[in-house]
Amino acid sequence: MKSDVILLGHGSGGKLSHQLLDELIVPILSGVDQRDQNDAAVLAAQQGRLAFTTDSYVVDPIFFPGGNIGDLAIHGTVNDLAMAGATPLAISVGLILEEGLAISELREILESMRAAAGEANVAIVTGDTKVVPRGKADKIFINTSGIGVIEHDLEISGSNAQAGDKILINGTIGDHGMAVLSCREGLELESALVTDSAPLNSMVNKLIEELGEQLHTLRDPTRGGVATTLKEIALQSQIEITLSETALPVNPSVGGACAILGMDPLFVANEGKLLAFVAAEVADQALAILQRHPHGKQAAIIGEVTATNPGKVRLKTTIGGLRAIEMLAGEQLPRIC
Amino acid sequence: MKYQAEFRDPQLAEGLLKAIAATSCDYPKNITLMEVCGTHTTAIYQHGIRALLPEKIRLISGPGCPVCVTPVTYVDHAVALAQRPETIIATFGDMVRVPGSSSSLLHEQARGATIKIVYSPLDAVTIAEKNPDTDVVFLGVGFETTTPTIAGAILTAARKNLDNFYVLCSHKTMPGPMAALAGDPELQVDGYLCPAHVSAIIGANAYQPLVDAYRVPCVVTGFEPLDVLQGVLMLARQVINGEARVENQYNRVVKAAGNRKAQKLLKQVFEPCDADWRGIGNIPDSGLRLRSDYVRFDAAQQLPVDIEPAVEHQGCLCGEILKGKVRPNDCLLFRTTCTPEDPVGACMVSSEGTCAAEYKYGT
Repeated sequence: MKSDVILLGHGSGGKLSHQLLDELIVPILSGVDQRDQNDAAVLAAQQGRLAFTTDSYVVDPIFFPGGNIGDLAIHGTVNDLAMAGATPLAISVGLILEEGLAISELREILESMRAAAGEANVAIVTGDTKVVPRGKADKIFINTSGIGVIEHDLEISGSNAQAGDKILINGTIGDHGMAVLSCREGLELESALVTDSAPLNSMVNKLIEELGEQLHTLRDPTRGGVATTLKEIALQSQIEITLSETALPVNPSVGGACAILGMDPLFVANEGKLLAFVAAEVADQALAILQRHPHGKQAAIIGEVTATNPGKVRLKTTIGGLRAIEMLAGEQLPRIC
Repeated sequence: MKYQAEFRDPQLAEGLLKAIAATSCDYPKNITLMEVCGTHTTAIYQHGIRALLPEKIRLISGPGCPVCVTPVTYVDHAVALAQRPETIIATFGDMVRVPGSSSSLLHEQARGATIKIVYSPLDAVTIAEKNPDTDVVFLGVGFETTTPTIAGAILTAARKNLDNFYVLCSHKTMPGPMAALAGDPELQVDGYLCPAHVSAIIGANAYQPLVDAYRVPCVVTGFEPLDVLQGVLMLARQVINGEARVENQYNRVVKAAGNRKAQKLLKQVFEPCDADWRGIGNIPDSGLRLRSDYVRFDAAQQLPVDIEPAVEHQGCLCGEILKGKVRPNDCLLFRTTCTPEDPVGACMVSSEGTCAAEYKYGT
């Protein structure tokens, strides 16, 4: 690469575009030197059902403690597939680059994407790159779409939570949102805030293998946090959820930063967390599965499902009070993913 | 941040609740306590405190949310300034969504105005320094907790000889409105949970004249759940014993005389003035304006704009809610026309507003 920044010509489709693809993007993302020049990736047909998802990433800033927009874009799509009980097969990557983006930054982002895809054991099979004039985008936007195969007949869905279920989470809440906030201009927060962005598909595979039909619902509590996600499930399944504030794992630096800023970790985004609704009799087994996994060491049982007031979510507070939990209203933190 | 868990200890909370119940059980009347500060309102909802207290003890929310008590005409003024060419509005986040008569800063931003959310008034000074050809207006809203930092920002701008930094002042002070409400026969406030942060600046002694004039118990109280419960217990004991004193539950932060350095800074830059409080009206000497030495930083005087005539939304009960006379559920607009996504009144916009807290946490 001759230029050290992205030029408009890198999106022209001409020579500079080819150079960008052949010298940087394709070797890093696909791991092969020679790209397939065809217009579409061809995948083998699969047995069973397919899951298909898409998400766009516009996080600001593009680098934050513990990650960047690249690994976030892979983890997000992998996790969306995993929450449907699917094993990720293939991912596409659409890049929208702002003229002037440093090639070194793009390289770092692409390398993170490749590492994230490697950890999740998913191939990046196709992609597209566009360049827009300076000021028309903010450094880099990424769209990732993913296809996964569902190799079982289980009905894992937001509408399948059942009275008596226990609710588990695989670790501390609010880490991603607070990590991004900590590096925004004007806020000097503790450096102990680190994103939890991580792929969850291998953890989900273990849950499916060991729990089978006793696993009812999976969802990743991203934007809107744990509170919003649980409210969605309560409405979808027409059940009541009671959470225990003392059981909620919160990293002390996240709790402290939230207290200072008047925020509630229940509403802050996560990027490496899942909520699992399982039958009560397998709750301890499910907890053990999560805690054995590298991304689940601080897993906990945080609540349970009753049928009393369909659609309601309640929190038993540390001091024994009860309060309602509603969906996040408005934007607590714009552009966190 | 340490010691958060200690102030949320369930056993200690149970002990305080038992003491509150034992203290109040033989008292023949209800005890109405007003939490003045919006942060108290939020904490009470967030920890589910109201339902844990004996029925006899009523907590009502007062006028201590700075965004909520800011009159609609101030928002209209900010909107008019945002519409000026070559102008940047710098503000704390909550003000952006407050509806004015026909617009809001959020709408003006969508139409092309430059609105920057800052976490400190000094950030607004930095913006002014970096944009010498643009007028930067900081929206000066808040109580004694934030006003000293704004005084500091003005002194910094003066030191740097900035000629493009302005403040649109709507600073308010305590305990003026508490006196106004203490004298309201409809309300019958038996005691005040006095604000924590404001008191750290003005000091616990600042409530003595209020106690002397109205014989109303005042307890300066912290924001953690155990603080609130202990504050309620101290107030209940005063009420039942027929006492009226200033007590300081939050003595780990608040001193009797307050923060003298911050007070000095305030006096250097600002002087008292009459102020309009949404829902309460004009209260003499309950606001702060810039002293003559600093009027060159006053956006209202230096940047003339046409402000549209103020229109309050029909049916919005924010005013009555701010006086503690009605609860959010009494308002016909609550949860129907007025929601956090599309707020009608300021009490729904501010994260510390009573309506927002009831919407978010109310059971």
